[in-house]
This record gives sequence, C-alpha cells and structure tokens, in this order.
Amino acid sequence: MDRIQVEHVSKRYVLGERSNTAGELVTSALRRLTTRRARSPQRELWSLRDVTFRVSEGESLGIVGRNGAGKSTILKILTRITSPTDGVARTRGRVAALLEVGTGFHPELTGRENVYLNGAILGMTRRDIARRFDSIVEFAGTERFLDTPVKRYSSGMYLRLAFAVAAHLEPDILVVDEILAVGDAEFQRKCLGRMEEAGREGRTIVYVSHDLDSLRSVCSRAMWLEAGRVRDEGATAEVVREYLRSGLSSADSGTSLLQAGPLTVTSVEAGPAHAPGTSVVMQEDVTRVTVCFTLQERIPGLDLAINLTSSKGVRVLDQALSDSEHRQLEAGDYAMSLEIPPVLNVDTYAVGVWFGTSHVDLIDEPAVTSFTLHGSDRGRPGRVLVTDFPLSVERV
Amino acid sequence: MPEADTHTDWVENSASGSTNRGLLGTLWESRELVGFLALKDLKIRYKQAALGFLWVAAQPLATVAVFTLVFDRLGQVDSGDLPYPVFALAGLVSWTYVSYVVTQGSQVLVENASLVTKVYFPRIAAPASTLLPPLADMAVAAGLLLVLAIAYGVPPTWHLVLVPAWLLLLASIALGMCLWLSAINVRYRDVKHALGPLVQLWLFASPVAYSGQGLDGVAGWAYALNPMVGTIELGRWVLVGAPLDGRDVAMAAIIAVVLLVTGSRYFLRAERSFADVV
Ligand SMILES: Nc1ncnc2c1ncn2[C@@H]1O[C@H](COP(=O)(O)OP(=O)(O)OP(=O)(O)O)[C@@H](O)[C@H]1O
Ligand SMILES: [Mg+2]
Repeated sequence: MDRIQVEHVSKRYVLGERSNTAGELVTSALRRLTTRRARSPQRELWSLRDVTFRVSEGESLGIVGRNGAGKSTILKILTRITSPTDGVARTRGRVAALLEVGTGFHPELTGRENVYLNGAILGMTRRDIARRFDSIVEFAGTERFLDTPVKRYSSGMYLRLAFAVAAHLEPDILVVDEILAVGDAEFQRKCLGRMEEAGREGRTIVYVSHDLDSLRSVCSRAMWLEAGRVRDEGATAEVVREYLRSGLSSADSGTSLLQAGPLTVTSVEAGPAHAPGTSVVMQEDVTRVTVCFTLQERIPGLDLAINLTSSKGVRVLDQALSDSEHRQLEAGDYAMSLEIPPVLNVDTYAVGVWFGTSHVDLIDEPAVTSFTLHGSDRGRPGRVLVTDFPLSVERV
Repeated sequence: MPEADTHTDWVENSASGSTNRGLLGTLWESRELVGFLALKDLKIRYKQAALGFLWVAAQPLATVAVFTLVFDRLGQVDSGDLPYPVFALAGLVSWTYVSYVVTQGSQVLVENASLVTKVYFPRIAAPASTLLPPLADMAVAAGLLLVLAIAYGVPPTWHLVLVPAWLLLLASIALGMCLWLSAINVRYRDVKHALGPLVQLWLFASPVAYSGQGLDGVAGWAYALNPMVGTIELGRWVLVGAPLDGRDVAMAAIIAVVLLVTGSRYFLRAERSFADVV
C-alpha cells in the first residue's frame, strides 16, 4: 500500500526577477514593455523535472545527488511547504518533516516553553506533547536546564532538545533532510538509531543525505537525483555504487576564487597523486591537494595552511607551512600542495584553506572543494584512520 | 493540523492547489498553534524589560495626557457629555488595538521566514496569532478607563453586555487588514516602509481624539468609509455610553466583512508561493 505517490512533478523557480519593492517592479515592468520579451528563459531554474516515484508503507527511501540537484525541493513538495509547478504529489497519513533542526525555537524562551511551541509548530497537539514530554526530555538529556532560556544552552544541548521534539512526532511518514551533518558523533548515532527504529515500527521514511553510510544503514531503496531529474533508482547499495562511480560526487575541483587584499587564490584541487587531472580517489591512493595562489605584494609573516574536515564535521588534519619551515613569501605566483598518505577512511572530505599571520586571518575557508575516498571501509565505518599499527597479544 | 482522518485520506499537493478548508476551518484547525505563537509573543515582549508590565499602562496614560492637553485645553474639542480624558481613552482602546495588530501582523510572515520555508503549518495561524497578545494591553487600558470613569463619575450602562460584538468588529477589521498586508509584504517589502506614515494619517482620519459625529450628507458617508469610525464609536458607546450613529457601525461591519473575505481569499491563494519568495 502506497504512502507517497509523486507523479511527474516539476518545480520552477524564478531567479533574479524577484522584485522586492514596488520601485523595482515598476522598472522591470517598463523594461519588459520596452524590450517586448515576457520572461527571459535564463531567469528560470527548473529545480525538479518530471520526477515520479512511489514509496509504500514501511519502506524507506534514500535520496542522493549533488548540491542543487533538487533533493530539498522534493522534500518541501512532499511536506506541502511549497507546491509543484506541474504534476502532483500525494501523501497518506501524518507527515513529519525535519528539514532543519530547531526551526521555530526561540532563544528567549525556556527549554520547556520551546518544547511546547516547537511541538505545536510541527503539528502535535498540546495533549500529544504533554504525554511525550518526559520521554522527549529524557532523550535530550537536558532535564536540569528545562527552565533556562535556550539562548544559554550549548549548541549541542540545543540540538539535542530540538531533535528530541521532532523524534517524538510518531508520524506515518518521516521526512528528513541532511540535519545530521551537525552535531557530534554520539548525537548522530542516536538520531540514526531513532530513524532505524522508526523504520522497524513500520513508518515510511524519506531520507536525504550526503553521508552514504548512514543512507545505507537506514534505507532499503534509493533514488539518485541529477539536475532535477531521476537518474537512477533501486536498491540502495546499487544506486550508491553507480552514484560514486559517476565520479561526479567527488572532487568538485572548483576554482572558487578567494581574495583578500593582495592575495588571490586561483584554484584548489584534490585528486589522486598518481594520476593528475583525474578526480576519483581510492582509499589506497595518495591524495594530493593543490592550492594555487597569487601574491601581489609581500605580506610580512604570511603563513598558510590546508585542512581537511570529514563529512561528520571532524577536523582531520590541519597542516601549516610554518609546521615545516619558516619562509617569507615574496610577491609572485605559487602552487602549494599537500600529499596525504592513504591513512584516511572512506568518506567525503572538505578541503579548506587558511591564509593569515599570527595576528589576523586573511582567508579562512573550511570548504573550498571536496573529495571522496572510495573503496571499502573494511567493515569498520566509524573509524577515521585506516591503520596497520602493530598490535600484539601475549600471555603475561 | 490535519487530524485522524488523514491516516486514510490522500493529501494532494499540485499546481492547481491543495485541499483548503477556508478561513474559519483553517483557523479552528490550527487554534492551538495560534495560541502557542501568541503566547510566545507575549512572553518575549517584555522579557528583558525591567519595568515590564508598567510600560503597558504608561503608553495609554501618556497619550491621554497629551490628547487632553492638546485637544481639550488648547483645541476645545467637543466631547459631548463625557469628560474629555474618559472620551479620549475610550477611543484610544479601539485604535491602539487595531493599529498594533496591523503593524505587527503585516510583518509576521517575513519575521518568521525560517518557519515558513522549513515547516508546513497553516500559514494563516501566523497573522491570526497577532490578534491575541494586544488583548493584554487592552485589558490594562480598560482597567485604567474604569478608574478614570469612576473618578469622573461616569456611570456604567447596560451597553457593556455588547462588548463581545465590539471585540468581534475590532478583530475582524484587524485580521482582514493583516491578511492583505502580511501576504503582500512577503513579495513587496514596501509595506513596512509605507505603513508607518499611513498609520499616522489613519489616526488623524479616525475619531480618536475628537468626535466623528456631526458630518452630514456625502461627507458623512465618505468619512464612515474608514471602518475605524464606526468601530471607535461603537467602542465608546459600549464602554462609556457615548451616543452612537447606526450608519457608521453598519458601514464598519460591512467593510470588515469585505476585508475578511477578500483578505482570506488573497492570502490562501498567495500562501502557495510564500516559501519560494519570502
Ligand atoms: N526559493 C528558491 N528560489 C530560487 N531558487 C531556488 C529556491 N530554492 C531552491 N532553489 C534552487 O533550486 C535548486 C535545487 O535546490 P535544492 O535545495 O533542492 O538542492 P539540494 O539537492 O537540496 O542541494 P543540497 O545538497 O545543497 O542541499 C538549486 O539550484 C537552488 O538554487
Ligand atoms: Mg538541500
């Protein structure tokens, strides 16, 4: 029995032409009159194009795709936050959505007040909330702070309480966007556990994540969106493999230009050291990160660093020039590269760059590009390092 | 929120529109949410203010004092049989409520943009929730009015039983305008800038500090097109037994209904794109 039916859904966003004041409206109307063209096509963006799928009761569907593929848009249509431009989406049963943790929390209100407010916003009745209140608080582990305004909470506590409310919605259909990217590992495990439990209870789940491991553990079926269209659909393992093989998910190799004063970063790239120019990195490969930059004039005491952050938000490494040598860079073009031996586990890593002196950060960009280490985690998904250190057992 | 029946019924979301229950149905469905949103407003409004509650009383007192000085002492405004301060405060109660709701309510969707783009909830709950918190201010002002009335020896009348009718008229006008303005404000932020001066003008065009009666013929009709004319007069009649012109009240009621009907139509149509453009 189906819980979700999405048929030929398309969604168009109109870009730029967002006249936010009447003045702009008048000028754009005048422009349209004089140029005799209604709406220039490049101002539109089809976030979804003819998407069709079904999810039956008790099934969990994972959605993968690159940034901007339309994943969040499809969730917003399922939850009726926005309506499709074309096609129809139907749901049967109570839908609960977690597109962002803590939406509707107000910093001035206490934990208790926020639980009630947030519950009401998410569609619970006061009776529902009262009945589940103790269990929510226990899940969050913030009993002692219930009557403290949440603006005095640590960000971890805030997150726990927010997720706890949402986790107790007991919906028929649970829709989750990449909310778990924030929060520590223990919190993530707790949330994933909660989702798997929901699945076992026969709830229907639609889960969007860049964390392919968690996707595999929660979802039996997956859909791959690319530029608003369904590129592939099927068993999670298959779809994820195809998605990875396409290489598109790895090494965005973007040349995001960063600039600060006389300093310009022209490119940041990551790829396998043995095959420059390609972007698929296997876990066994040496990864090379190359940062090209131009220095228009000498900056006294300039130091630079490359850092990596795992998909769970762990700063895995942070290597500065000053760690190995003290050198004053003169004006000129430079390429700095870092070779990372094959010690990291399979994951997607954000590559960040930092430029600065001991007094000031000139550029501090934690995610300029990213790369994915492919391969097998050899059955131990949680670990950061894949090591081969001597381990011995002796009878003593 | 949709209740138990949605376990079996399909809920549809398509370009042509999803299942809407109209203004009253939606309001009733989301009554708890409206309550919680209103409670939130009330709680945070004076949270960091040391004198908190005193401010609520200070505002009408100060306004009445200024009005008395300017209009009564200097301008010799005719307030009929009523002592001027009682007359002015009885008008101010209606005016403060409506102008407060309209100013706050028109911003409510934009201020809650993160909610609008991240959660589905009946959007009408947001403007509707702004109707409730100023009732607290109104209660305080009513208390002051009572004190003034006793002090000046103005006796209570049987009209007081019609307080609910007056409140209904106030709320209808306020909500009708809020629905229009909050929905327009999502697209055109001009509302915020235009509203300040317009509300000022509106105050002068409303019989708050002076009596609106005594205009004849076309001028009288035209004046009564401002729904605050009938509303403020009704408030004065109900609270302190001032004379009443039935025509003004009837006009106000008609305009209130028109505002509500057109406002909710517009709102329910525009709400489909709120999340995209806000
Ligand atoms: N309100 C909006 N107005 C205009 N364009 C929008 C709006 N919301 C989304 N878009 C565009 O629609 C496209 C799809 O966005 P969406 O948020 O669904 O991507 P996504 O797959 O969730 O990406 P990510 O992995 O980064 O979360 C993007 O190009 C985005 O810029
Ligand atoms: Mg997204």
